[in-house]
Amino acid sequence: MPPVLERPIENQTNNGSPVLEPVYCFPDSLRDVHTHYCPGCTHGTIHRLVAEVIDELGIRERTLMVAPVGCAVFAYEYFNLDSCEAAHGRAPAMATGLKRVLPDQIVFTYQGDGDLASIGTNEIIHAAARGEKITVIFVNNAVYGMTGGQMAPTSLPGQVTSSSPAGRNPAIQGHPIHIPEMLAGMPGVAYAVRRSVHSVAEIRKTKKAIRQAFQTQLDGLGLSIVEILSSCPTNWRMDPAGALDFIRDQMVPVFPLGDFKVIG
Amino acid sequence: MTIKLWKGNEAIAEAAVRAGADAYFGYPITPQTELLEYLSSRMPALGRVFLQAESEIGAIHMVYGAASAGKRAFTTSSSPGISLMQEGLSYIAASEVPCVLVDIMRGGPGLGNIQPSQADYFQMTRSAGHGDYHPLVLAPATVQEAVDLMSISFDLAFLYRHLVVLLADGILGQMMEPVEMPPLRTLEDQMPGWALTGAVGRPPRNITSLYLGAEQLEGLNLRLQAKLAQIAAYEQRWESYRTDDAEQLIVAFGTVGRIARSAVDQAREQGQRVGLFRPISLWPFPAQPLAQLSRHVDSILVVEMNAGQMREDVERIVGGPVHFLGRMGGMIPTPEEIVEALPMKPKAQVHRNGSNGAAPVKRIKERSYAPSA
Repeated sequence: MPPVLERPIENQTNNGSPVLEPVYCFPDSLRDVHTHYCPGCTHGTIHRLVAEVIDELGIRERTLMVAPVGCAVFAYEYFNLDSCEAAHGRAPAMATGLKRVLPDQIVFTYQGDGDLASIGTNEIIHAAARGEKITVIFVNNAVYGMTGGQMAPTSLPGQVTSSSPAGRNPAIQGHPIHIPEMLAGMPGVAYAVRRSVHSVAEIRKTKKAIRQAFQTQLDGLGLSIVEILSSCPTNWRMDPAGALDFIRDQMVPVFPLGDFKVIG
Repeated sequence: MTIKLWKGNEAIAEAAVRAGADAYFGYPITPQTELLEYLSSRMPALGRVFLQAESEIGAIHMVYGAASAGKRAFTTSSSPGISLMQEGLSYIAASEVPCVLVDIMRGGPGLGNIQPSQADYFQMTRSAGHGDYHPLVLAPATVQEAVDLMSISFDLAFLYRHLVVLLADGILGQMMEPVEMPPLRTLEDQMPGWALTGAVGRPPRNITSLYLGAEQLEGLNLRLQAKLAQIAAYEQRWESYRTDDAEQLIVAFGTVGRIARSAVDQAREQGQRVGLFRPISLWPFPAQPLAQLSRHVDSILVVEMNAGQMREDVERIVGGPVHFLGRMGGMIPTPEEIVEALPMKPKAQVHRNGSNGAAPVKRIKERSYAPSA
């Protein structure tokens, strides 16, 4: 028996074979290249979500990306967009320069937690304070991935890293920084949420949030930021599945998922 | 032709506007703040971008962004602020995007003071950031010259896709002088072929300073060096004053260059044959003209508002030690002080005393010198 098609066949070609509507394609906004990301890292998932959103909004030809310093340092090699590479933490300043001279273009930064929540706090806070009409994709994996898993400002209390071998002790090394919660109080920020990519359901929610973040920019409402909890199996010393469980069981309790500000 | 009285900082700002600046990002710091203040109303009035940044670091990276979009972007600061900007300056030089920077130097090191200084000669001429490059550094001696140099800075920055620095000091920034402003230029909106504009019907463009492979990074460096060699060949600027029959040569730049001009006149009135060589481009340093001139004089006196930074370049070019007068911390040498520091004294004085009390005259023209490439 032939397999049962779940989708109705609307058309048939001359030879009788069905014309299939594509439901899953490689996004135009990504380049068909191999990435350098480690096995099990969810940067690739997040890249894909951002690219799908840009495709779906039809803004690929007017979107400019500012890549960070960190694991996503080569993001400009993977996205099929005009792009530039900022100094460590300075992506929101560079994006400000781009957006101010090209106000009709869509400008987004793609930053990790060391980049945005440590060395780049000045730049992100003031871009938010000014209400820069940019979108920030903030990938939080609770370590400095590129340099080999050192403690980040987002590392969890007790988390063992290569620079906190006894585990992060809040009395000595402080508490994790909650960026979207911090930014949500600023009038210039129009959209500040946290999502995760540890399950299919969460990936879908993340994509919706990314879409709304770009829509916020299209609507000229202010700065939009999506923090995305992301895995780092290599530096967490875990297998990929275990790393996703770590997000769910360890990270989410510290970094609650949710909307902290939604305007529009 | 209209000549008006302009304050240095405001004149430089207006010259940038007239040269077609699209975007300015800056941060307040004395003694350059009038630039920021002036532009805060002037740029928006023309529909151009003005933004006060959260820091000098923010400002230079905003410039980096705007410049990456092919716009005429610039910033201004003073010594401690320039130190903060060095990160961005290095990225800009490596990415080969055009950028103009105005540095109104003040006293250092550290927080120093807000008095005029030339102590950042090394900082600007040697690299202005990490890595292997030199910015194109222009040092005006008058407000008019600052305006004239500002007027060509964007053209030079775009011609070479490089960092152009207008290096002045607090005196020039704060003083008022009559200036003839160039007309307001209307620029055609021509997007350079490398600018980030959105990848419409073409492959995407990337602007980066990251070259992980050693061969690739050496390739970038070789390209930068070839460009710098071109700049060195075509962009040397200098002024010679009363050097035709000079026995003694003063070498000074910027504000000190104009003070030294008065010293030359004073010494001439006393019967001394003194001339002035004033480099206007500090990088590339006008080595060949100085080397040629050095062969026809008996002594060279370098005068600076620092501990002798340009002196190192002069000694390298003329091939031996030279006399030096330096004031620091905001102290400004007077023409009298410079005349006093001239190694050869007026003949009458020598006859009367039998000795001029100065160090033995250095017969520069007897030395072999090694002209730079």
